[in-house]
Amino acid sequence: MSLFRIALRNLWFRKLPSFLTMLSMALGVALVVLVLTISGMIERTFKQSDNVGYNLIIGSKGSSIQLTFNTVMFLSEPVENIPYWYYMEFIPGADGRAKEYQRVGGKLGEPDRKGKYASLTSDGFAIPMCMGDYVGPFRCIGTTPQYFELLRYGEKDSAYEFSEGRNFVDYSDENGYYEAVIGSQVASVMKLKVGDQIYASHGKEGGEEHDDGFRIVGILKPTGTPNDRGAFVNMEGFYLLQGHIAPDRDPITGIEVKGSAVAPERDSKLSRVRLPIEKREVTAVLVKGSGMSAIGLEDQVKKSSFATAVSPVREITGLLEQFVTPVTLGLFILTSLVCVVSAIGIMVSIYNSMSERKRDIAVMRALGASRDHVLQIILIESTMIAVGGGLVGWLCGHLAGPMSNIWTEKTTGTTIGFFTSASSQELWLVPGMVLIGILAGVVPAISAYRTSVVKSL
Amino acid sequence: MLEIKDLKKSFREPSGSLISILDVPTFSMKAGEQVVLRGESGCGKTTLLHTISGLLDCDAGSIKLDGIELTKYSEAARDRIRADKLGYVFQTFNLLPAFTALENVKLGMTFARKAIRSERAAELLKSVGLADRMHYLPSQLSVGQQQRVAVARALANQPRLLLADEPTANVDPANQSKIIELIQEVCTQESVAILLVTHSDEVASRFSRIDRFEDLNRATEHTQTSVDE
Repeated sequence: MSLFRIALRNLWFRKLPSFLTMLSMALGVALVVLVLTISGMIERTFKQSDNVGYNLIIGSKGSSIQLTFNTVMFLSEPVENIPYWYYMEFIPGADGRAKEYQRVGGKLGEPDRKGKYASLTSDGFAIPMCMGDYVGPFRCIGTTPQYFELLRYGEKDSAYEFSEGRNFVDYSDENGYYEAVIGSQVASVMKLKVGDQIYASHGKEGGEEHDDGFRIVGILKPTGTPNDRGAFVNMEGFYLLQGHIAPDRDPITGIEVKGSAVAPERDSKLSRVRLPIEKREVTAVLVKGSGMSAIGLEDQVKKSSFATAVSPVREITGLLEQFVTPVTLGLFILTSLVCVVSAIGIMVSIYNSMSERKRDIAVMRALGASRDHVLQIILIESTMIAVGGGLVGWLCGHLAGPMSNIWTEKTTGTTIGFFTSASSQELWLVPGMVLIGILAGVVPAISAYRTSVVKSL
Repeated sequence: MLEIKDLKKSFREPSGSLISILDVPTFSMKAGEQVVLRGESGCGKTTLLHTISGLLDCDAGSIKLDGIELTKYSEAARDRIRADKLGYVFQTFNLLPAFTALENVKLGMTFARKAIRSERAAELLKSVGLADRMHYLPSQLSVGQQQRVAVARALANQPRLLLADEPTANVDPANQSKIIELIQEVCTQESVAILLVTHSDEVASRFSRIDRFEDLNRATEHTQTSVDE
């Protein structure tokens, strides 16, 4: 009979205390793995978001974190809007602003001049976004087809692809301005397909639905970014919805002119009449400039009285460093302490059993077992508890991630696989925890080693 | 087979004074010989068995077992010699509660430098009349059956000498005879010598050689309990 088998039988004989000790070890390791999973997931979400394909977000003055969260992750409360004409200042190209004026129409001062910031965005783009509505539980984003044409995502700068259908267009004969593209999660959660109509609800989740629906013309392939849970509609159609028309404002006081938020006359849903520039607002503008120009642009925008520019990468990294990392570290320390407590539990459990097992140890010695044999048996027992508990905890910790996907996918747009969180920390941390558990057997093993055979027989 | 010369063992009292427990000028046994050792409680019989088995160090003297001078070896070496050459039957059986009857017998083989043979363990249990109880835990066996398992375990490694410390003290008179008969029979079959400590006249009467411990031991002080160190 091997020493391993002897140790196993001893543990089996004391099933309940052995199980409870193993459980406490399993819980400790599961907690550590879970904390690593959560911190890994947060970091991954942030890292995926920090390669959003643009340098700056232009939005109304206020919290830069809120503007970043709202624009990049579709989280947090919607922010205030900025006028459409201001967005036009960023359109690249000498005639970019003028062309947009010709496309949209309306009132605009100096319609032929170049955008104020056009030279700084000459190598890039400026994509407008309008937010504030919802499709089911998901954010509805009014934007231009450029959103999927020019933006890139992830570490590989991947272009957006469609699992079904195509990108929406500025105007189509079948759907007019009312076309939409939805993210993969929106499609799966709301069971939507190409050809279905979606209706945006105004202002909040579950709010009053607008009368005009958007025809889904494309479903995005999963990207692992927040865009998976976005419903993107043609901005031209978005502006024509009830309540999306900006009122006229007094040029001096800025107070709204009552009854001025009136939609233009349109004879049908396919009418080509657009909302004029002066009635339009945008929530954010995604700007990509070339390298150094982004810094100059940021400074210039910040000097303006009603708009601000934030670097999403800097905001996200700053948030990660200032808030997420310390919290994760705190959690990590706490869970590590849980593991140390579990290890002490192993020690106490085996040590307490020593007093009732002294006679058994003495009998084994009388049968020819050396002190080393006894020491090894006890250490094998603690190893089995620590390794068994560690393995179960590791499995449970990793299974908890995929099992929580229903929730995390919806709230963060990311999914967790079984090995998603397998980080380099885990490679030393989990074995380290198990090692502490094994070492916890040393004290009772020494006690067994020293057992007086003659006194105990 | 067993030769003891000038064996001395004493213990220190809490007060610091030394108490001499063993002072045995000479004691010997031949191979396969069956000897009963009788004496008052606390006179040092168990201490003598512990010293022969190597569980206790002696202060002076010589113990030769099968030609091996035990007193020259370290504790670890004595452990190995004990596993190979000695069998031990205790008054309280001392079966390990976590192991079945068969496993208790195999446990006796674990620490010896011989291969563990399940067939031998099963044969021994068969020879002590427990063929149908091999996979029972000690708690599922009667007192008599437990002592039979203890006998089988003591003989598992084909020892040269079986030390039995009052093996029938905890069993009823009917079982006493059966157990002694069994020990003598199996040891005769296996050519194993027996050194058995008992208070029972009935048990002693079954042996041809009966030694009085007081005649062997010149130590004047006796222990209150035989296991004091």
